[in-house]
Amino acid sequence: MNATNKIFDTPLYPYERSADQDAATPARHTAIVIGAGPVGLTTAIDLAHQGIETVLLDENDKVSFGSRAICFAKRPLEIFGRLGAEQALIDKGVEWDVGKIFFQDRDVYQFDLQPEQGHERPAFINLQQYYLEKFLVDRIREMQEAGAPLEIRGQNKVVSVSDRGDGVEVRVETPDGEYELHADWLIACDGACSPTRAMLGLEFEGRVFEDNFLIADVVMEADFPSERWFWFDPPFNRGQSALLHQQPDGVWRIDLQLGWDIDREAEKKPENVIPRLKAMLGEDVDFELEWVSIYTFKCRRMESFRHGRVLFAGDSAHEVSPFGARGANSGIQDADNLVWKLKLVIDGVAPENLIDSYDAERTRAADENILNSTRSTDFITPRSETSRTLRDAVLDLAEHYPFARPMVNSGRLSVPCTYDGSPLVSADALTGGPPRTRPGSPCPDVPLGEHDYLLRHLGDRFVLLTIDCEAPDEIEEEGVTVTRLALTTQDDRTGFLKERYLGEAPSAVYLIRPDQHVAARRIEYNETLMRTALRRTLGKEVAK
Amino acid sequence: MSELILTPNIDRGDDFYAALLKAHDGLNKADSDALNARLLLVLANHIGDGEVLAQAIEAAANAAPR
Repeated sequence: MNATNKIFDTPLYPYERSADQDAATPARHTAIVIGAGPVGLTTAIDLAHQGIETVLLDENDKVSFGSRAICFAKRPLEIFGRLGAEQALIDKGVEWDVGKIFFQDRDVYQFDLQPEQGHERPAFINLQQYYLEKFLVDRIREMQEAGAPLEIRGQNKVVSVSDRGDGVEVRVETPDGEYELHADWLIACDGACSPTRAMLGLEFEGRVFEDNFLIADVVMEADFPSERWFWFDPPFNRGQSALLHQQPDGVWRIDLQLGWDIDREAEKKPENVIPRLKAMLGEDVDFELEWVSIYTFKCRRMESFRHGRVLFAGDSAHEVSPFGARGANSGIQDADNLVWKLKLVIDGVAPENLIDSYDAERTRAADENILNSTRSTDFITPRSETSRTLRDAVLDLAEHYPFARPMVNSGRLSVPCTYDGSPLVSADALTGGPPRTRPGSPCPDVPLGEHDYLLRHLGDRFVLLTIDCEAPDEIEEEGVTVTRLALTTQDDRTGFLKERYLGEAPSAVYLIRPDQHVAARRIEYNETLMRTALRRTLGKEVAK
Repeated sequence: MSELILTPNIDRGDDFYAALLKAHDGLNKADSDALNARLLLVLANHIGDGEVLAQAIEAAANAAPR
């Protein structure tokens, strides 16, 4: 066994009896998070980072078995940057830019993601989910040592959940028996099969795709480059698709479409898996199977991500096909969207209905992800003879003509959602401003000097970003302080500040939310209008 | 908004039609279907305008025999 396998086996947060289990009356916490996967860990870290007292419960005590999610996009890396959890991920992860598309026995074309310059973080890294979880638990330990109000309890399985209107009551099963816990807020990050959702009797409807995929992680010494290779209808998997993608430690992700009518148990057996992989990788390649699983998927979401004091984030709220890496990436953005709102509500600064905007903004993001991943699936696995004919026509043309290449859809890679039309977002008032930074957008990064970047100065609080114009250094409104960050185009040696934030405008003022999304922008500072925009972002004004 | 042209617009239409048939000469059903699909995509890219393409899809669907 190689070193990576040990991660699966080592309890990272072994069960320890908590004083809450001996309390005469149930202990009440500010926030309880259920599930220590990527989304639950991110949520708990963000909550504690904002100073909210939090208990994270997980029925297990280890990282996930098998690598599962492997591809993490720029926006989640920026969120981990805000949470001080990013460096280990980037150091360990594999960066990649090149993708190759194969059709039948031909190498059809290759693309370079050509990541945009002027960002601190890479476009994507590949990293096994178990490493991500391990690094996030490390971050929790670091925060705990610094006194953060965060506990992680392993082998604590939630067996009942009741919403009491002004709080939530849960019963938790442990090796020492059951105990009861109360919380002001409960965030369920307990996955696509969410027991919390089931216990509350909430529906999770959507489209089922009648297909099976064999997913295997193999360890091999091979000189495949760090590229994403995707096959349509290859000789080694006729009529189906295949994917090869590199992860750290010489681990390779292989994804083979198997079709619907298969014997799932038989297909998982090494004696059946290994010949398939040999046909793909070549007879002479030595490899070791690290993890094999067969999955099917659905594209679906809950109607609402908020049910009173219970909030759903990640796969518990929405499930997408894996094409495009939109699962874990979007769940991490759920946490990013939710936690600053909870902080303002818990502090009594914003009304409780601010939390409804979490539902409005993130159901929109989920719909976008479902739409994109459904379109990828329809391209990869055509549902009719005609859709296959059209798909094959696109691939045949792509080999010869550049126009057809953007139509090839082997997964539209995860990008963040712009919250157009959100009740928290003000109408765009920056004439000539770049569309990519319109209100609702995530702020794109910009280099500021030699080793500094814009996003390091944003997040966790409201920021008034001014470019070539005047504004007060601080604004107080309704118990919230907005801090000014003054930049000028004179220092913009790379030109990215002007390109990304000014466009044709001579100057700009941006009101930026704690999740680094734009709330409002104008050409110049206007006190009354900026205060209105801020109140709107706090859920206290109706959008124009 | 651009309008889809539904009046005669092809220069020497008979020549075009003959060339289209000729391209399919000797092809079996599957290869012919594939050729039509490639041709459709080439033409769609040349048109480019999404409004016109949407009108074209609708016009073609509407002309199906009842």
